[in-house]
Amino acid sequence: MTETQFKNMKDLPSKHLLGTGTSLCAGCGGLEALHEIYDILGAKSVFVNAAGCMTLLAVYPFTPFRGSWLYTAMASAPAGAQGIRDALDILLTKGRIAAGEDLETVVLTGDGSAYGMGLSATSGAIERGLDFLYICYDNEGYGNTGQQSSGATPHGARTSTSRGSSGYPGHKKDLFSIWVAHRPTYVATVVGAEPLDLARKIEQAKKLRGPRLILALAPCPTGWDFDPSETAEIGKLAVRTGVWPLKEYRDGKVVHSKIPQRRLPVEDYLKRQGRFAHLFHPQRDEVLLQEIQTKIDIYWANVEG
Amino acid sequence: MKRTLLTGNGAAAWGARLAGVEYLPAFPITPQTEIIETIARWIDFGEMDCRMVTLDSEHSMITAAGAAAVTGVRVFTATSSQGLLYGMEMLYTVAGWRAPFVLVNVSRGLASPITLEPDHNDILAARDSGFLQLHCATCQEVLDCILLAYRLAEDERVRLPVIVNLDGFYLSFTREPVEIPDAESVARFLPPFDPENLGFRAGAPLSEAVAVIGGTPYSYFRYQSHLAALNAVDVFAENAAAFAQAFGRTYQAVEAYHCDDAELVFVMMGSFATKAKEAVDRLREAGEAVGLLRPVLLRPFPAADFRRALSGKKGVIVVDQNLSMGKGGVLHTELASALYGYPGTTPVLVSFIGGLGGRDISAEEFYEMHAVTRQAVSEKRAPAPRLLYTEVELREMKKIQAIARVQGLKEQQT
Repeated sequence: MTETQFKNMKDLPSKHLLGTGTSLCAGCGGLEALHEIYDILGAKSVFVNAAGCMTLLAVYPFTPFRGSWLYTAMASAPAGAQGIRDALDILLTKGRIAAGEDLETVVLTGDGSAYGMGLSATSGAIERGLDFLYICYDNEGYGNTGQQSSGATPHGARTSTSRGSSGYPGHKKDLFSIWVAHRPTYVATVVGAEPLDLARKIEQAKKLRGPRLILALAPCPTGWDFDPSETAEIGKLAVRTGVWPLKEYRDGKVVHSKIPQRRLPVEDYLKRQGRFAHLFHPQRDEVLLQEIQTKIDIYWANVEG
Repeated sequence: MKRTLLTGNGAAAWGARLAGVEYLPAFPITPQTEIIETIARWIDFGEMDCRMVTLDSEHSMITAAGAAAVTGVRVFTATSSQGLLYGMEMLYTVAGWRAPFVLVNVSRGLASPITLEPDHNDILAARDSGFLQLHCATCQEVLDCILLAYRLAEDERVRLPVIVNLDGFYLSFTREPVEIPDAESVARFLPPFDPENLGFRAGAPLSEAVAVIGGTPYSYFRYQSHLAALNAVDVFAENAAAFAQAFGRTYQAVEAYHCDDAELVFVMMGSFATKAKEAVDRLREAGEAVGLLRPVLLRPFPAADFRRALSGKKGVIVVDQNLSMGKGGVLHTELASALYGYPGTTPVLVSFIGGLGGRDISAEEFYEMHAVTRQAVSEKRAPAPRLLYTEVELREMKKIQAIARVQGLKEQQT
């Protein structure tokens, strides 16, 4: 990572921009990340939202945002960003608005839209080189409708549409690589529980132009079944067990911003969450646990080379 | 002003060009594509100052169009048929944003079966979306209606998006002489878009289209859109008067042809109404007191104009180029609801369905519809809706089916 104003935790903003008292669940890991992101991104932004949990941030007549907001639909938030960005550029070019009135165009969606329904619109926006920042809060399921499995649900997790003894039979889609395959300006994974790493990545993203993704793991007490007080702990464990690699893509290269020394076994992460309880009770599902661990080991073996 | 031979699609492109459109989100679909290709060529050769972007779908296209319009630029877009339906979620959504822009729909029948030729089921599926609708019968009208549509959409009493509809093939690919007005006159009729309170600006944060909880705020905003749409009846009339003054062409919400002394009146919309006009002329030559009404404005529905025009008439021949499965013609239903219960407006309404998927409606069929309605008037009762189809067609269809069966048998044998 290049030079940063965020050298240690003391450098993080002490004033917070996003308002409180929203209708989101207690302990929402997505909101935790959004608070940290917004503090650095700033209010000179317009958030273009797709249907998901965060749609309920702005409920008439209240909004926690100091900047602007446009709700679109589940599939087309990047197209909304395209329309706003293009219109602002036209207005700036023609001198109808001053340069100081310009805004950062930000797409804000959950994984349901980012990994699934919105993927066509996203791919189009990247291929056109749209100057926008995409923030995905990834709670690994259709959280707002009660945690049904999505394209982001990890293998073996129990969801409200995969309640059997083996949980979700599919595998979490690799959205990071899907973005990277488009050769965008910037892609990074973050988690609210690692605020310094997050701050540096938002700082980077803010300096760049073009399509940029911030993919935030969003531990979800409601959907993942853990106590809201444990959100930060679960987020830290996701990094320390290697489940959620912190990395960024820039200039054609993927770099890991935090390689966990002495990775913890994945079950330290899994056993804290009710959605994986069936892997441990009534008896341990050694086969599935090993399968999950092996996949993580192979990932990191490739990274550490 | 000289007249130029233009297709309906060419006339639509000229309408957008003269309106000084600044932004064109696009997606190709037959029979609309010529519109965006024409504008793209003008942009490429520096004849038009407009930013064009091809989206991944009509759903995205309409999202981008609405988003750009609420950011404060003049937006144009176009689609047809399946594309209009693919974007249907966003038609409702951006109308709720009160995003003033113009979308041209080149009508084409809907799947299934898939076809390229026109009818009005696509555009009528958007009937309740909040978009206003103007329906064209000639290439000149296509150009003119786009100018009228921008003035209507952007009026502070309306602030709603407008669809300008033209029929695929019959208008989209048919050349007619069109008067292209000069840019200065258009600029006087249609000044640059003043977005007033619309727009996302750093110095003036705005939350647009936020969620509501409960029926009270929801109903309030929905009623506002409806009332704004109703305002468009008078605003359209004002604009049409200004248009007539500027360009010498007169438009009315409902065009009346030989209606004053008519006993029976055809009601049709779109380009096929020109066939009805021809039939009216022939029937009048034969001594029949018959006329034609054609709604140019379909949303808002010009109910008062219809009531006025049909007051004291004996029979109405409603020809629907659409089919609401299990009900019948949409225009027939709309008209019945506008006339029912009003004193002095009790003609017999006879419903016909025809022209689906580009099927022609012949002169003989117009005479037959007239005769059937004449009979209904004398019996004081409307017959069940008729689906236009000839014996010749039925024989032709049986032949095609026989071929399909033979082909099927061959497949099985090999």
